[in-house]
Amino acid sequence: MKKVLHIRRQKAGDSNAYWEDFTYEYKEADTVATALMTLPVVWEHSCLQKRCGACAMVINGTPHLACDTCLSDLKGERVVIEPLRKFPVVEDLLVDRSSMMNTLREMELWLNSDAVPDGEKTAFEASKCLQCGLCLEVCPNFYAGGKFGGMAAMAPAVRFLNKAPKEQQPELSRAYNKYVYEGCGKSLACRNVCPAGIDIEKLLVKSSAAAVWKNFKNL
Amino acid sequence: MKNNTVITVNVIGAGLAGLSAARGLAKRGVKVRLFSVHSSERAQSNLAEGGINASLDVMGENDSWREHFDDTMKGGCFLADPEMVKELTMNAPEVVMDLDRLGVPFHRENGHIVQRNFGGQKKKRTAYAMSSTGRVLVAALTDEVRKHEYSGCIKRYPHHRFERIIIKNNECAGVQIYDLYTHTRKVYEGPVIIASGGFNGMFPGLTTGTTANTGLAAAELFSQGVEFANLEFIQYHPTTTEITGKRLLISEAARGEGGRLFYFKDDGSYCYFMEEKYGSGGNLMPRDVISREMAVLGRQVYLDLTKLTEDTWNDKLSDLRDEIMHYMSVDPKLEPVPVSPGIHYFMGGIRVDIGHRAGIAGLYAAGECACAYHGANRLGGNSLLGAIYGGLRAAVSVVDDIAEGAFKGAGAPDNDDIADFTYIADSEAGIKSFMENELANGLGIIRDGIKLQNAIDKINAGFNDFLIESGADRGLAISDELMCRYRFTLAILKSALERKESRGAHTRRDYPKTLKEYRGTSVTRWNGSQIDYRLEIIPDSDTGVED
Repeated sequence: MKKVLHIRRQKAGDSNAYWEDFTYEYKEADTVATALMTLPVVWEHSCLQKRCGACAMVINGTPHLACDTCLSDLKGERVVIEPLRKFPVVEDLLVDRSSMMNTLREMELWLNSDAVPDGEKTAFEASKCLQCGLCLEVCPNFYAGGKFGGMAAMAPAVRFLNKAPKEQQPELSRAYNKYVYEGCGKSLACRNVCPAGIDIEKLLVKSSAAAVWKNFKNL
Repeated sequence: MKNNTVITVNVIGAGLAGLSAARGLAKRGVKVRLFSVHSSERAQSNLAEGGINASLDVMGENDSWREHFDDTMKGGCFLADPEMVKELTMNAPEVVMDLDRLGVPFHRENGHIVQRNFGGQKKKRTAYAMSSTGRVLVAALTDEVRKHEYSGCIKRYPHHRFERIIIKNNECAGVQIYDLYTHTRKVYEGPVIIASGGFNGMFPGLTTGTTANTGLAAAELFSQGVEFANLEFIQYHPTTTEITGKRLLISEAARGEGGRLFYFKDDGSYCYFMEEKYGSGGNLMPRDVISREMAVLGRQVYLDLTKLTEDTWNDKLSDLRDEIMHYMSVDPKLEPVPVSPGIHYFMGGIRVDIGHRAGIAGLYAAGECACAYHGANRLGGNSLLGAIYGGLRAAVSVVDDIAEGAFKGAGAPDNDDIADFTYIADSEAGIKSFMENELANGLGIIRDGIKLQNAIDKINAGFNDFLIESGADRGLAISDELMCRYRFTLAILKSALERKESRGAHTRRDYPKTLKEYRGTSVTRWNGSQIDYRLEIIPDSDTGVED
């Protein structure tokens, strides 16, 4: 069984992109990550079991983790692989996702004093966010460097809306409104792409209830 | 002499040990540069599943640090430094309570943290969040580090790779770093804490770890003359399975919650071999014991989770079930899961003292890259603890050493100190994988002297042939990375060859007994032309556990 990987490559962020084909003989369980490991293409990878979010990319037009995409599940012989389009390309499939981390810093997502232990189930759900950026790739409202942080900012914020002491809540609510609530067009395009399986809709309803309508009890 | 207002500490690695070290320094007002190839979300710490140990004594079992200490020493076959383990276990409850104050969503019932059973421990001592404990701890410490980034105390350098330490006048004066985005190198002044993780990359595809964990930082430090200890102790986790490109871990929590190991007898009935041999606690024997039994058995072993209750699956292991179903197409609720041992943890590493000092003034190490708390076999739940406490302990040592003026001020490294560092070329891929295969063959679960000596001889011969073929003997360049890997590979094999006994994760077919005269730390060091080896015997009085 073989696949032809049609890969968009780029030597550096400011150089021209080009396409290159690689033929790969695959076994039943092989993923796009397994194939990429054998190729001279630059990409980010780490856990290979969808627990780290490193290998986010666009496969046949939709965003996926390479380690979570079985070659045998893809129709046809040709597999089109591109870097995430919402972030600046560093080289080949490697993109610079530091704007995501910058947003969390700008939102001042940390605790100023001890956590209030409550609602650990919601906090656990939100902790699953890998900061991979797949949800941002499909979001019609997100662009790197913009104010709107998307669901990749919503999930970490939820952990704080949940556990932050009372004094910190107004600040967090303001940050949530500015970086999440105001920018979200509620298209919910991100609903089905989360590789960690976070129920984004449910989390969003809860966090907005807490931050916007101050209904913390529902968290 | 410098004071802490001008010294900036370089932390290598942004997993739990690195995050904990950076936070520990920042809280004490010391500036930090935090270097890592990836962001913390990609670190191997995120893969840790089962939990973190501490004698919180919340389960009505009358637990104490002393029992945690005893279990850790015994699990490690009395090879860990008892003073270090004492510190670790005494401080463990505070480490977990500190994490609790950071809002880590530990599993709770009626508002209180719940602890689960884990291998090699007599009491329920493992605090957890489903089987994603590593992930939630990384999230909490990343948040804390973010706070110090904002204040300017910590500066993060993601996509930056460690290349070498700068040694001046026998002092670690700084570090050379390679920026993977700009492809430039730079030196940074100041003490260095290595928190680079285990050596998975020495065994590609055979471990439960990450591909980001190449083992190169350790290999490079070894080549620079840093002492390493107990490299022969490599933990095979009994319940892993092969997936494409790596081994997938099935958390020990599955057995902590009631999972049972068995094989099919010839008549098709189940043989719960661990329970038959070790009694009702058989499934929770230390990992080295179970992996050895499985290796000797030589049959396909299964993990039976079908008797776990609905509540256990929903509240404690739902993520594990999802993972098994996704990667193995088996629903563990309904049918047994085939498992086999896989490389999971490196007990050995950079030799450190009780304060995590690594033998050269200004150099420290913490987390899996350091040989610290686990002796000949690590207990489940002690790695997260060891990484977080070890990182903090290293930070405290740096602060103490700065206050005491321990750094003579070897002189700031400058551009003249930048040395080229070359990486494995395509032409070297063959010899690299040849060495990796020989290393893996020599260091299976059950080892013997002839096989180990053969592996060393074959690697040396193969390497010499390669030098001749590639023209390196005529002065043509061979990569620095290959040289570092070659030396480090031999150090691991030599450590295993020289330990002529069986102890913990090191089982020798030719020396099946544990011998008193080998109760010691094996130390390897590259002296510039060859590997020095010595066994440092642990004094008799230092048994760690009162008989």
